Amino acid sequence: MAADRKPSQLFRNLNAKVAAIPMILTACVVFVGGTLWTITYSFTNSKLLPRETFVGLEQYERLWSSNKWLISIENLFIYGVLSLIFSLVIGFLLAALLDQKIRFENTFRTIFLYPFALSFIVTGLVWQWILNPDFGIQKVVRNLGWENFTFDPLYNAEIVIYGVLIAGLWQGTGLVMCLMLAGLRGIDEDIWKASRVDGIPKWKTYLLIVIPMMRPVFITTLVIIASGIVKLYDLIVAQTGGGPGIASEVPAKYVYDAMFLSQNLGQGFAGSTMMLLTVLIVLIPWAYLEFGGKKHG
Amino acid sequence: MVDLSAPTSAPLATAPSRTEAGPSGRKPRRSISRANIFLYGTLIVFALYYLLPLYVMIVTSLKGMPEIRMGNIFSPPMEITFEPWAKAWSTACTGLNCDGLSRGFWNSVQILIPSVVLSIAVASVNGYALANWRFKGADTFFTILIFGAFIPYQVMLYPIVILLREMGLYGSLTGLVLVHTVFGMPILTLLFRNYFTSMPEELFKAARVDGAGFWGIYFKIMLPMSLPIFVVAIILQVTGIWNDFLFGVIYTRPDLYPMTVQLNNIVNSVQGVKEYNVNMAATILTGLVPLTIYFISGKLFVRGIAAGAVKG
Repeated sequence: MAADRKPSQLFRNLNAKVAAIPMILTACVVFVGGTLWTITYSFTNSKLLPRETFVGLEQYERLWSSNKWLISIENLFIYGVLSLIFSLVIGFLLAALLDQKIRFENTFRTIFLYPFALSFIVTGLVWQWILNPDFGIQKVVRNLGWENFTFDPLYNAEIVIYGVLIAGLWQGTGLVMCLMLAGLRGIDEDIWKASRVDGIPKWKTYLLIVIPMMRPVFITTLVIIASGIVKLYDLIVAQTGGGPGIASEVPAKYVYDAMFLSQNLGQGFAGSTMMLLTVLIVLIPWAYLEFGGKKHG
Repeated sequence: MVDLSAPTSAPLATAPSRTEAGPSGRKPRRSISRANIFLYGTLIVFALYYLLPLYVMIVTSLKGMPEIRMGNIFSPPMEITFEPWAKAWSTACTGLNCDGLSRGFWNSVQILIPSVVLSIAVASVNGYALANWRFKGADTFFTILIFGAFIPYQVMLYPIVILLREMGLYGSLTGLVLVHTVFGMPILTLLFRNYFTSMPEELFKAARVDGAGFWGIYFKIMLPMSLPIFVVAIILQVTGIWNDFLFGVIYTRPDLYPMTVQLNNIVNSVQGVKEYNVNMAATILTGLVPLTIYFISGKLFVRGIAAGAVKG
């Protein structure tokens, strides 16, 4: 019998294969299958239930002519760019300060990082309260004597996204600091000695030598922050609920609302496909740089 | 990836210091120099910014409503009252029912425990198979899995609704547990795979020679030797699952909502007078579990989040 002479390839490592079934199912059915399913159905006119009537790019045309979606994209862009810049700058600054052989380093690090343990819901609710114009910062400053002081980001459609940004930075910069600190600790002591011998000022050493050396750390951090930004949802729901009006809508909320509140599945699928596209635009160049086009690292 | 072990290794203090002058003979610097004032000043200002919300939360939750309307949010309470805490826990209303956050808390516990156990069990076995029992095609699946960690959840939300509905689990806690297991898998598998790969291979080979099989090696050798990574995984999953909002709101029914969803419903409900002290007490209560984990676990938490950062 053939099977006796040559043990089938399929049954080698059988236990390992059985053990890997959950992983294989997750990868193939949920991740690949789910993604392809959503992309396919974004070309249909599904409303309350998914339907197989294909309508071409109609959903995308509607998406890009919807005011709510355009505002969502604009918000995501403003929030994304500013959040990237500020969290990298603040995160690096804090890490550099902590790297000066200071006392109480652990205390400071604990303080900077604790918001990261909290959920976006908690973050959003706290900052909603602090930025409340009737009780929060605005009132406190007015009571100090500046009667006309105005600071009501959550009630002003023009600047609401910056109010969300303050909360987002509060929650997330600790993580960036941690990653940066890991990078700084990985720099060879000899670099610092050499730059001291040459009499290069400290800030110049950071700017011209250390930061270029930390390029991989910066890229990894960038990818981590960027993929988090696209998922921005909980914070908006808790802090502003998308308001005032639709001024602080974001794509993730648009997708959720379309799928589960307004029974407009097609719009939800089209919106989420656009989100996927955004992530791929960030991810593919990174994967290419990181793995040099190889399959895995 | 970044070298994650670096910030957690304390013995740096013994390494030659880079800020102090070398043997060139300069006078040792005084500790209160202008640079030091600037350094600590900046750090303290930042620390205040980070601590402010926590302070405001606690202070507000201990005041009565009249005091909140009169005073400012930064002043300490004149009369400390724990009534808001009691109300937030047991009688605050979320639209339909008025039994406070306690319901959400127990729901979250019921979601948390099986999700953590199941996701770690599955991922550790996966990681073990990938590290020691490599089979053809394993790397392909693993690559897909890792890329899956970056795909926005929104793309997979509805297909999962359909899958759960087919299995009859849509709206149940079991369904949500499965969802957490699936989405925890990429990062946890990576974590375990890397850890098992770093273990000496002789150990594995010796066990093989002695006749131990797949499960024997896993339970008798790998498991006992990898407790630290299990602790990291537990920290990662407990905070991640406790803080989840999106999956909770989509895959469960209102009476099974986890704590975060219920908190949001209590605070952002439109009807009734806003009771800010109750809201803040509820907010602290919800944040208490991950905060406790954070303060207890310290450096392990740093390792956990640095590894789990990809999860977003």
